[in-house]
Amino acid sequence: MVSAFTRIVASHHALVHINVDGVDCVAPAGEPLATSLLAAGYVMLRHSPNRHNPRGAFCLMGVCQECAIHVDGQIVQACMTPVRAGMVVQLRGAV
Amino acid sequence: MVSPHCHFDVLVLGGGPAGMVSAITASQNGLRVGLIDEQSEAGGQIWRAPWASSPQGYESPEARDGNKMRDRLALSSVTCLFGRRIWSVTDRYRVDLLGADGVETFQAPHLIVALGAHERVIPFPGWTLPGVMGLAAATIMLKAHGLAPPKDWVLAGVGPLLAAVAAGYARKGHPPKAIIDLSGPSDWFAALPSLASRPGLFKQGVGWVLSIVSSRIPIYFRHAIRRAEGQDRISACLIGPVDADGKSIDGPEVGIACDAMMVGNGLVPGGEVPRLLGADQVYRHELGGWIPECDPFGRTSLEHLYAIGDGAGIRGGAVACIAGKLAGLAAAHDAGRIDAGAFAHQSAQALAEHRKLSAFSDAMAHMIRLRPAQVASIEADAVICRCEDVTRQDLVAAARAGARDVNQLKHFTRCGMGPCQGRMCGDVAAEILAQEHRLDRQAVGYWTARPPLRPISLQSMLGRVDYADIPIPKPAPL
Repeated sequence: MVSAFTRIVASHHALVHINVDGVDCVAPAGEPLATSLLAAGYVMLRHSPNRHNPRGAFCLMGVCQECAIHVDGQIVQACMTPVRAGMVVQLRGAV
Repeated sequence: MVSPHCHFDVLVLGGGPAGMVSAITASQNGLRVGLIDEQSEAGGQIWRAPWASSPQGYESPEARDGNKMRDRLALSSVTCLFGRRIWSVTDRYRVDLLGADGVETFQAPHLIVALGAHERVIPFPGWTLPGVMGLAAATIMLKAHGLAPPKDWVLAGVGPLLAAVAAGYARKGHPPKAIIDLSGPSDWFAALPSLASRPGLFKQGVGWVLSIVSSRIPIYFRHAIRRAEGQDRISACLIGPVDADGKSIDGPEVGIACDAMMVGNGLVPGGEVPRLLGADQVYRHELGGWIPECDPFGRTSLEHLYAIGDGAGIRGGAVACIAGKLAGLAAAHDAGRIDAGAFAHQSAQALAEHRKLSAFSDAMAHMIRLRPAQVASIEADAVICRCEDVTRQDLVAAARAGARDVNQLKHFTRCGMGPCQGRMCGDVAAEILAQEHRLDRQAVGYWTARPPLRPISLQSMLGRVDYADIPIPKPAPL
């Protein structure tokens, strides 16, 4: 994907596979999912429920709720959710 | 049910500098302390623990200070309750948490609240586009996760964080394409004398300037973002000049192609826990907004409730450490563990240090203060409440239809009613309302705080409940 966020520090964490909207992705285990998604090129995460405008992670500290998406069927904040092997991520939020 | 195995004299909410120091100080003075934080490690945002690299991998002074304090915490008798979300605080004082193991409840006669601040971003059309992120988010990516924005990114806003982020990424070879600074050089020079009291920070600041200058990043002083454009992601922004008060003024606008933007306009104290408990509040513009009324030790109007750190007024990390020491001592004194003489003796030095630091913290807080004129310049079609997509013109219409305080504004428009619970929009929405009615901020008030303090699912709040667990009341006598 074009112009993804770039990793500038070599991570010593094990890489695991997660599934994002049916696509297999690799991410460091334990990293906040929002960061892994940015590095994988997923900048848009969902649409706002009222006007259906595109949204992405904004505060990265659990405040703004913009990264609240479906993980394993539940809405969670991606910035507060550590990556686990086999996670199933759907880029859609509440409606 | 209150966890039966933990007996605490004091619970500390928030593991940033203020919370860590207060917890350590209280425990050194004989109190049994529980320290609660949502993150998996102590440090808060300013001392956020590096995650991507080994803890020694990042070289900033904050990382060193943070590691030092984490080591002190580890050696103390403080019980660390991390990775837990605080969703309710009631009574005197019961704290309900949600962690990996489900819901938990702790109780203690003393409560120290050190929950920090959140970022203020002055809205512009397009600030909701993916790729536009907060300045504090940029520091988290830089400090904790070693992630850089894509090559064409712009940095905008105000205050020392702007310089820190620019320099931090420039040193890693990822400088922003442009810096859009609301302040002008004269504002930075005006802050210089106060730096004299903090030689370490002065040196750090000079380092930032050198990194920025040597990277040849174009800096637009006294400019702000007018709008951001893009389809599913930011692709360009338009910037324009502002006056010394942050008001948009006529002058050449510049378009910049970019695929990410980091923007921040200061910090707003996150005072919802003292508010929820009913502690007296005061609006202090120069300290970031509504804060609990406190004595120099952080004692609020409620007995045995203390509020410290940026959540009790924006003063920065160094002051937060001292405030933590003072509140820890006050809690020990109020609990009868140290006598008046020892309390006075031990706190005298901290109080003196607090006074010494205030020139610098005041100057920094002044730099990142809310500029009412900048709020007045927000375009009518800019979304103010991101959760509910409420624009400035929606708020103005509600004000004209009779909404006089922020809670009425919320009822009229749903502004502040979404999952962020008004944290992102509250300060700006209140300012717009006050300006519309020509009232001061005291008169338009603050959102009523209600549990849950953060969104949690009903299922996790209930925990595992079996039908048989539901208590059946005794039938009324016939």
